[in-house]
Amino acid sequence: MPAVSKGDGMRGLAVFISDIRNCKSKEAEIKRINKELANIRSKFKGDKALDGYSKKKYVCKLLFIFLLGHDIDFGHMEAVNLLSSNKYTEKQIGYLFISVLVNSNSDLIRLINNGIKNDLASRNPTFMNLALHCIANVGSREMAEAFASEIPNILVAGDTMDSVKQSAALCLLRLNRTSADLVPMGEWTARVVHLLNDQHLGVVTAATSLITTLAQKSPDDFKTSISLAVARLSRIVTSASIDLQDYTYYFVAAPWLSVKLLRLLQCYPPPEDAALRSRLTECLETILNKAQEPPKSKKVQHSNAKNAVLFEAISLIIHHDSEPTLLVRACNQLGQFLQHRETNLRYLALESMCTLASSEFSHETVKTHIETVINALKTERDVSVRQRAVDLLYAMCDRSNAKQIVAEMLSYLETADYSIREEIVLKVAILAEKYAVDYTWYVDTILNLIRIAGDYVSEEVWYRVIQIVINRDDVQGYAAKTVFEALQAPACHENLVKVGGYILGEFGNLIAGDSRSSPLVQFNLLHSKFHLCSVPTRALLLSAYIKFINLFPEVKATIQDVLRSDSQLRNADVELQQRAVEYLRLSCIASTDILATVLEEMPPFPERESSILAKLKRKKGPGHLPDIDDARRNVNGSTEPSENTEATKKGSTHPFTDLLNLNSTPPSGASLLVDVFSDISTAAPAEVCEENFPRFVCKNNGVIYENQLLQIGLKSEYRQNLGRIYVFYGNKTSTQFLSFSSSVTSSDTLKAQLNVHAKTVDPIIEGGAQVQQILNIECVSDFTDAPVLNIQFRYGGTLQNIGVKLPVMLNKFFQPTEMLSQDFFQRWKQLGAPQQEVQKIFKARHPMDTDVTKAKILGFGVALLDGVDPNPANFVGAGVIHTKNTQVGCLLRLEPNTQAQMYRLTLRTSRDSVSQRLCDLLSEQF
Amino acid sequence: MQFMLLFSRQGKLRLQKWYVPLSDKEKKKITRELVQTVLARKPKMCSFLEWRDLKIVYKRYASLYFCCAIEDQDNELITLEIIHRYVELLDKYFGSVCELDIIFNFEKAYFILDEFLLGGEAQETSKKNVLKAIEQADLLQEDAKDAETPRSVLEEIGLT
Repeated sequence: MPAVSKGDGMRGLAVFISDIRNCKSKEAEIKRINKELANIRSKFKGDKALDGYSKKKYVCKLLFIFLLGHDIDFGHMEAVNLLSSNKYTEKQIGYLFISVLVNSNSDLIRLINNGIKNDLASRNPTFMNLALHCIANVGSREMAEAFASEIPNILVAGDTMDSVKQSAALCLLRLNRTSADLVPMGEWTARVVHLLNDQHLGVVTAATSLITTLAQKSPDDFKTSISLAVARLSRIVTSASIDLQDYTYYFVAAPWLSVKLLRLLQCYPPPEDAALRSRLTECLETILNKAQEPPKSKKVQHSNAKNAVLFEAISLIIHHDSEPTLLVRACNQLGQFLQHRETNLRYLALESMCTLASSEFSHETVKTHIETVINALKTERDVSVRQRAVDLLYAMCDRSNAKQIVAEMLSYLETADYSIREEIVLKVAILAEKYAVDYTWYVDTILNLIRIAGDYVSEEVWYRVIQIVINRDDVQGYAAKTVFEALQAPACHENLVKVGGYILGEFGNLIAGDSRSSPLVQFNLLHSKFHLCSVPTRALLLSAYIKFINLFPEVKATIQDVLRSDSQLRNADVELQQRAVEYLRLSCIASTDILATVLEEMPPFPERESSILAKLKRKKGPGHLPDIDDARRNVNGSTEPSENTEATKKGSTHPFTDLLNLNSTPPSGASLLVDVFSDISTAAPAEVCEENFPRFVCKNNGVIYENQLLQIGLKSEYRQNLGRIYVFYGNKTSTQFLSFSSSVTSSDTLKAQLNVHAKTVDPIIEGGAQVQQILNIECVSDFTDAPVLNIQFRYGGTLQNIGVKLPVMLNKFFQPTEMLSQDFFQRWKQLGAPQQEVQKIFKARHPMDTDVTKAKILGFGVALLDGVDPNPANFVGAGVIHTKNTQVGCLLRLEPNTQAQMYRLTLRTSRDSVSQRLCDLLSEQF
Repeated sequence: MQFMLLFSRQGKLRLQKWYVPLSDKEKKKITRELVQTVLARKPKMCSFLEWRDLKIVYKRYASLYFCCAIEDQDNELITLEIIHRYVELLDKYFGSVCELDIIFNFEKAYFILDEFLLGGEAQETSKKNVLKAIEQADLLQEDAKDAETPRSVLEEIGLT
């Protein structure tokens, strides 16, 4: 036991802790703990009321046991009791227990809140602080509900003690982080901003954190804090180091507060007011100047505190990105740190420079440090520093230095730590693609990647190289030659076999003229790898073989022999067996023409964001990846994204486009190619949502679909057999939707009956923005199905797939027809054939209100005929359905029976299918 | 700051403070993972590392590791000095603090931390002010004891 034990030590607790420490084994410890738990339980249950001290001691023991990692399932009540003790230490232990061990013991929450309430009202600052600390530590919704409205009053009240203000400010900060909706904004917010002027630096420190959190959520409400923060900062940076007394830390004036103020200013753009702006610039210059001054102390704390402020100032300079001089100065300062003897500073300099690299003002200055960074990659002993160096090289890469950087990364990859290899592979692949001037370099680089780090080359990477080779015919011959040569190596990575198999299958003919790479040589080379490969690779090779049969009729017999062998035709793997059987039959029965058509060269892939980039973003999290110039993204694409949706669809109907899709279940429909190359994990086929479909039978406008990300609204108008729908896509998030596309698909039957033409939409929807798409519709003949609206977009790196049944129904093409009673009955009789009438009797699902019913029938599209039916309670309607081919007259009659809560609906039209469909649609509405 | 952990060279957790709501299971998992990661690092390595989507700042004082998890935007160096200031506070309070002080007076270590950091942010960076708050609290309990003693004497002689 230590000699010093301040306050009142709890002897029993100390003995218990000593016992635990003396336990030789885990078992002994558990035994001792169980004994203690039994003891405490019996004390708590015992008849004799425990005094405060014992209660405190036992609660403290339980806390200790919990902190050792054991579960505690009792003692909460005793801890809560301690809250109402008037002895400070007992109260304190009670609060500590609750802060650490709070759980969903909902029956206790009320008691705990009661205790807190009493202490908050006590006007005793130490008690108030305990209560506020507890709220801040627990931060639960229940506490927010109980106290979020009260704490602002404590914070801004004139007579509140400084220390209580500090606790209250940070308590509010915590509640605002966990349940912002419960913290009321109001008059107090203006007064909180003025705490930046407070005399007590501790109050300013706590308040600055709170204001920053609030300003991040609603910057406009806290704009006034800018000038106050600048003024405060200016006073600190120009003060002599002793001015701030105890807030000076190792000769640095108020480093924590400075960092927080600089952080607060990062919530805003540069100040508009010129005087304020120049005052801030002065502050930043002073901070940069101080970095050049000789240190006032040799202690690391001095330089850390000083540099903490410096780095935060640089963050603000980068955030403003508006003062070229400051940016260049910051960059030079970081350049000095790159060679500093402190590892921490080298690490931070590399990290900070990453963001500077993306500013147009400092990109070139950052690039001057390339040799130092490359050197860091080679010599740093700490993997996390090397990782930063890789990140910075990636960020500073552009067309001028891409070859050097890619080469350095490749050579580093040979010795790189396993933990960061995959990431380097992704980065090399992206840079090689983005800055490829000639694609032979790109192909070489990717093949090198596979050679050096084949295991870390993910599917996205080798998919991508194939995409690019297929899309660029100038590189196909070179790619075929290079993979052919690479495959000569006695041991080559399976990923190389995949790429090789695919590329030779497509473009092997381009090198077949050379006798050293004749068709048979190519085939034998590939097949020599076959037996060492996994099932998916073998499946891919089989597809390459059938493509060979088409390319090179001279090897047909050899390949057929291979396909015919038992190891293929009777392979235990169903996918391999099926491919062997099908390919063999195909090669036997199909004519050369058919083969040539079926096995035609792959059509170009649609251009889209590299799936590798998406993967890297996922890996690093959105904040970590410096954006290296998205404008330069379409390296290999010449087509516009909007035209590519068409290409996708055309491509996907091609029977052999699934060469890369090795799943045994073929994916359906238009999304085939997208599925193959996009994130495998996320591109789940969308289920079609038809939840809101029935609501649109009798109306044309409204929200058809909504989830957490997206809201889709519709406005429609119809005339004769034509219609137009305005679809509104609202981004409900604050993040962009990327690669947004939406198209309309119809079943084969419906395609002949209904033409839908969808205009293209912008591929990007900004956070909070709404985009409109126009659908033009033509009704050719009567129909029953509904078209489906397919929406795809990328949100935060994952692909979203949504299908919505579009409310285009037959009744939309109604033109109402007014007619007199006698005309109605005459036509009614004319439509008397049994198949022309459809009748349905059904139970009312909504209250039977005459006006509502009338509105629905009108909304359905027919004219409501008054005075036709002898029974005034009945409704009678007439209209004509317009289609391009024909017009269908339609009469309807709805007879409500209020007593039975039933309806009878009768429809007569000249076409039975129309009668049936209209009856189905309308009967669901009442 | 999302959380702070104190653990020994042997990997024993001595103090844990969480500023974000997490389940006990998740806390244990994080602790295990981080203790392992940090202990595996060599002495001269830098004090910062990326971990999940957080930044870890750690420093070793004698047999104890102090380890903080901060968010992407947070300042590493100032966090390093938060650790140092906390160590100074413990040192001043216990008088040249050692691991045993924190084991036997773990509740005090929590109280001091609460005076210094709240909700993961620095509440009071003045060493004097923090210690004043803690000492006042200690005085309060002395007072309470003093107030208690005479009463029990009175009780004994049957005057109540």
